[in-house]
Amino acid sequence: MKKIKGLHAPHCKNTAEMVPVAIPTPAVVTLPMKMHAGKPAIPVVKVGDQVKVGQLVGEADGRISAPVHSSVSGTVKSIDEIDGLIGEKRKSIVIASDGEQAVYEGLTPPIVTNLEEFLDAVHASGVVGLGGAGYPTAHKLTVKESVQLDYIIINGAECEPYITSDTRAMVDDADNVFEGALLLKEYLKPKKIVIGIENNKPEAIKEMRERMATVDGMEVCELPARYPQGERKVLVYNVTGRIVPEGGRLTDVGCIVINCTTVAVFAHYIKTGMPLVSRVVTVDGSAVNTPKNVIAPLGTPIGELFDFCGGLKDDVKKIIMGGPMMGAAVPNTDLPVLKITNAILAISEKDVEASKPTACIKCGRCTAKCPMRLMPSHIEDAFELKNIDLLKKYKVNMCAECSCCAFLCPARRPLSQVMVLSKKMLWEAK
Amino acid sequence: MNPVTVSYAPHIHNHASTSHIMRDVLIALSPALAGSVLIFGMRAAVVIFMCVASAVVFEWGYQKIMKKQETISDLSACVTGLLLAFNLPVDIPLWQAVFGSGVAIILVKQFFGGIGKNFANPALTARVVMLISFPTAMSTWAEVPNAVSSATPLELVQTGALQYMPSNLDLFLGLHGGSLGETSELALIIGGVYLIARRVITWHIPVSFIGTVYILTAILGEQPTVQLLAGGLFIGAIFMATDYPTSPQTNSGRLIFGLGCGLLTVIIRVWGNYPEGVSFAILFMNCIVPFINKLTMHHALGGKKA
Repeated sequence: MKKIKGLHAPHCKNTAEMVPVAIPTPAVVTLPMKMHAGKPAIPVVKVGDQVKVGQLVGEADGRISAPVHSSVSGTVKSIDEIDGLIGEKRKSIVIASDGEQAVYEGLTPPIVTNLEEFLDAVHASGVVGLGGAGYPTAHKLTVKESVQLDYIIINGAECEPYITSDTRAMVDDADNVFEGALLLKEYLKPKKIVIGIENNKPEAIKEMRERMATVDGMEVCELPARYPQGERKVLVYNVTGRIVPEGGRLTDVGCIVINCTTVAVFAHYIKTGMPLVSRVVTVDGSAVNTPKNVIAPLGTPIGELFDFCGGLKDDVKKIIMGGPMMGAAVPNTDLPVLKITNAILAISEKDVEASKPTACIKCGRCTAKCPMRLMPSHIEDAFELKNIDLLKKYKVNMCAECSCCAFLCPARRPLSQVMVLSKKMLWEAK
Repeated sequence: MNPVTVSYAPHIHNHASTSHIMRDVLIALSPALAGSVLIFGMRAAVVIFMCVASAVVFEWGYQKIMKKQETISDLSACVTGLLLAFNLPVDIPLWQAVFGSGVAIILVKQFFGGIGKNFANPALTARVVMLISFPTAMSTWAEVPNAVSSATPLELVQTGALQYMPSNLDLFLGLHGGSLGETSELALIIGGVYLIARRVITWHIPVSFIGTVYILTAILGEQPTVQLLAGGLFIGAIFMATDYPTSPQTNSGRLIFGLGCGLLTVIIRVWGNYPEGVSFAILFMNCIVPFINKLTMHHALGGKKA
């Protein structure tokens, strides 16, 4: 089987050796009710309420949603519509911290004896896909009776440049990752559990291999350190050789892909009863004075994380939430750390490329390297013609939005943007 | 904090750009440039300079007059001019060389929308236009030191004057009559290896093109080594047929393209009126690239049949 090779993007894993350090408790946290894919959570507190760490403040609205817990102890200051990542409004609970970080008394480890209780526990932990997709984990793990689950693939690829929060989870939190894997094995009963890790993380591979080797049906799969190994369909293909059909789910080929930090979080919850209230964030980029991995309460303004890392240099030109390949450039540093925020990057002016597109020279680089084997330059032509039939024919709906095409394009065509807009065009034409 | 830029992902880039690619092509052509001056003397340098300079001026002038964005800094006009010069005999009247540049840049490249939009290779089309317009000047070959006859080896093959045929080594080094840049396979191969190593081109077109010519001429009993080394096959296969907009974008398409070029070259050389067929073969294949692209479209991973 010919594996999807991907491309060589700079690794920039400057913080891989840095053990995460907790930042001082922020004065105020902003907890959006929608930090995940699906329906927003519903606030269950009122302005003026006293809350403590781990206390439920937003209740999940059904199963394709996730509860939100307070990440600090203090007073609910407001419940308002606040600007989200791309300028959209998101209902958010703002909590003023009292600095005590008193833990909520009601937290007890859930009783888990069967699949149903396990899924309920995962749901109650508030965990969503922490790699960036933010899909509610409990719903992802709810598979139909008819599905023959062959593989659960734990995603430790972390192929995006700079980010090392998953790496640190597999090293510092290795026991929780392993225990989470054991829980998955016990309750979902897949034939195999594989953790896929890029080979530029030898320490993580070693830690995982030591533990996985003790159990039958669990193994570590070393992946080449080439982008985008962590894309879920690429991961499924490279680990199992199975191809996810168009419009299908991973479970159609008997697979589930789940991020390694996500696994550690629900394992921790089931052990201690402490839901997802903080996370490791990689703070890096050429405009950050001292890059670090930090442990930040959810809702902390990202500006405080930068301040904790020695502040920003004067020539900062771009702030990115997430990695440089797929992350979102944001307009300010007031935005809060979300559940899916695995990294925040600040890039200096000299490293921000003026991307002035020139004419496509039809070199075929985008086509050669598309992991989904699409033809981005053809899709761009179809997009400019607004030709829905061609867009369908070129399968733009299958684009994984990994940005490989735009990364490679010598003419700097905004291909990944075109892909997203084409998908939207296709969606609206339906 | 300063105002920050907001743009869509990706936020990093692999630094390749059109001008970098063209610069690599120019670097790859430099051994052949040195070779042509060594073999044909200073007049070769004059022809090359005229072609490159006029190509750049035509591109600049056209874009000024038509109020289009200036693109001479992407170096593609230099590449076109250089490739055109490599396709001309050393004694070509300079005004004809300039005319050729004009055809390449204005007629073939700019009229069709500029870089990336032309359907036929500009330098090659200009060469063919000149071949038809100035048949005498385009097939009058200068004496080359060391070579017995000034005729190109392929003309020798066609006329049956095989006693004047240079040795295979001389053919390989380029010490024989012919166009400026086409004679030295050694220099061209160095350039080709450089382009493949820099991933500017893939091996598919040159290998399938040259391989097809070798195998077919061997089958037809036509001295395959001479057929390989005698004409413009290497410059065509490495530098002309691999031109991005006029060749297929997928590797399977490139194999088909090279195969077709090789097949047509042999047909023209063996049965045609012209001793050389590389230009016509590539131009013909240029025209059917859209069909090859359609035929070799990638099938999306897991995509349903449309």
